[in-house]
Amino acid sequence: MNNAASKPPALGRKTARGLKPFRGERAAQLVPHARLAGPMPWVIAIMVTLTVIAAAGGLALNNVASSARAELAGGATVQIVEASTEDRNRQAVAAEALLAEHPAVASTRRVPDEELDALLEPWLGVGTDNEAVPVPALIDVRLRQDATEETLGTLRGILEGAAPSARIDAQSSWLAPVFSTISSLQWLAGMLVIMLGLTSAAAVWLAARSALGTNQDTIEVVHLLGGTDTQIARIFERSIGFDATLGGAVGLALGLGAVLFLGQEFTALGSGMMSGGGLSALDWILIAFIPFVGVAIAMLTARITVVSVLRQML
Amino acid sequence: MTAAEGEGVTFDNVGLRYGQDREVLSDVSFTLHPGSFYFLTGASGAGKTSLLKLLYLAQRPSRGAIRMFGTDVITLPRDRLPSFRRRLGVVFQDFRLVPHLSAFDNVALPLRVSGVREADLVKPVTDMLDWVGLEHRHDARPATLSGGEQQRVAIARAVIGRPDMLVADEPTGNVDPEMALKLLRLFESLNRLGTTVIVATHDVHLLKKVPESLIMRLDKGRLNDPTGALRYPPKASGGKV
Repeated sequence: MNNAASKPPALGRKTARGLKPFRGERAAQLVPHARLAGPMPWVIAIMVTLTVIAAAGGLALNNVASSARAELAGGATVQIVEASTEDRNRQAVAAEALLAEHPAVASTRRVPDEELDALLEPWLGVGTDNEAVPVPALIDVRLRQDATEETLGTLRGILEGAAPSARIDAQSSWLAPVFSTISSLQWLAGMLVIMLGLTSAAAVWLAARSALGTNQDTIEVVHLLGGTDTQIARIFERSIGFDATLGGAVGLALGLGAVLFLGQEFTALGSGMMSGGGLSALDWILIAFIPFVGVAIAMLTARITVVSVLRQML
Repeated sequence: MTAAEGEGVTFDNVGLRYGQDREVLSDVSFTLHPGSFYFLTGASGAGKTSLLKLLYLAQRPSRGAIRMFGTDVITLPRDRLPSFRRRLGVVFQDFRLVPHLSAFDNVALPLRVSGVREADLVKPVTDMLDWVGLEHRHDARPATLSGGEQQRVAIARAVIGRPDMLVADEPTGNVDPEMALKLLRLFESLNRLGTTVIVATHDVHLLKKVPESLIMRLDKGRLNDPTGALRYPPKASGGKV
């Protein structure tokens, strides 16, 4: 004890009081941080990883669907279903010539017999006798605009006389069930992203309440010393913001790793449809934003939770 | 209402009960005049801590009226209470130091909450810690301090902002008589600067150390004020009730 000093210090003038914000590192010290030793960053890392994978999947499916639709929208296929090889070839040549002259048609391509044989080889085997198993002649038609029912009706009318065995169909109609499935998967990915966001918010809510309970005495003291709800909430907001940033960065890295790995696997499949499922620059930017959204959700949830608990105190 | 009452604290028929239990405080009425020194005494369980909780705005009464610094604090919106709390200094019976902050940071806490700049708080906090005999313990965490040292940190925290009213619950319970006297002198110094001081204690020896003080006695939740001196105090500088 300092016996020499008999007069109490620092009481000669009042300290300026106000409602200035209590923030920064000094305020943050009020709540001890576990950081990576605590569960919070890891919970957020897992949530962000799953969200990144789900979002990337949804965006890739969207790109697959868009690419396939764009490719098939102006496509039509003419089949000449005729048992006689001679008649089939004659009608195919006539149909191709008529279609090539029509202004709605951009290009035509008769699918070569070798290509048809190769397509049917898995089912019919090698060296199929065309007389025994007649295979329709196929003409791939590219239209200048989308293959509407009206355009297809016009073309049917033209072919009726010269190629009575011709059937014409829009290529997109064959893939309608595939598009429907892709659309469902997109909805599923969207729902997953939303549910993961809600789960993250719930995890943050639990963590904030737990931190609030652990630091109840400190909060009460700061409260009784004149700390405002906003000041106290900001301390927790900052703490959880740091945890969420840490978890978000780890989650993004893990998620991107998984997306790149899956991308390579799908590319290796060599499927024509999958090749349209690559992610664009905008997609990557959207994915990179996921951790930021996670941090914002975490901080907002922490603030709402802390303020609602503080309001139960006087 | 007099000007003194306007700046002081007035309790009018205040009652307090927790839940459905019986009242722990009943019909408590008094006025604390600015710049006066009060001792609050009473047996254990008489309601001293409950009365202090009402004074440092940790609790609202179940009935009655409380005016503080000219304002009815019962009907005051919750978001205006912090500015009132910043005019109070509180020494809690259980100290309530923040366990993971150093002695320095604990004492600096009220100033930081009030928005005082770091550069402006280092000297007063250092001087205050030195004065309460903790010159070598600035960086010590509460867990490493003795009960008496913790109590001195708690008192330093309560007075550092020169509050308008100091509320202390058994502030000398864990210190030796020499330090108790010294802390009492600190409270008196604060009192001379205009701070209203109210000290809850059951140490009768302490009461005699401040001859100018007024004594409030609680008995089973009721304020024992047989002469009415608390409610209608004499114009003189005070006296024992």
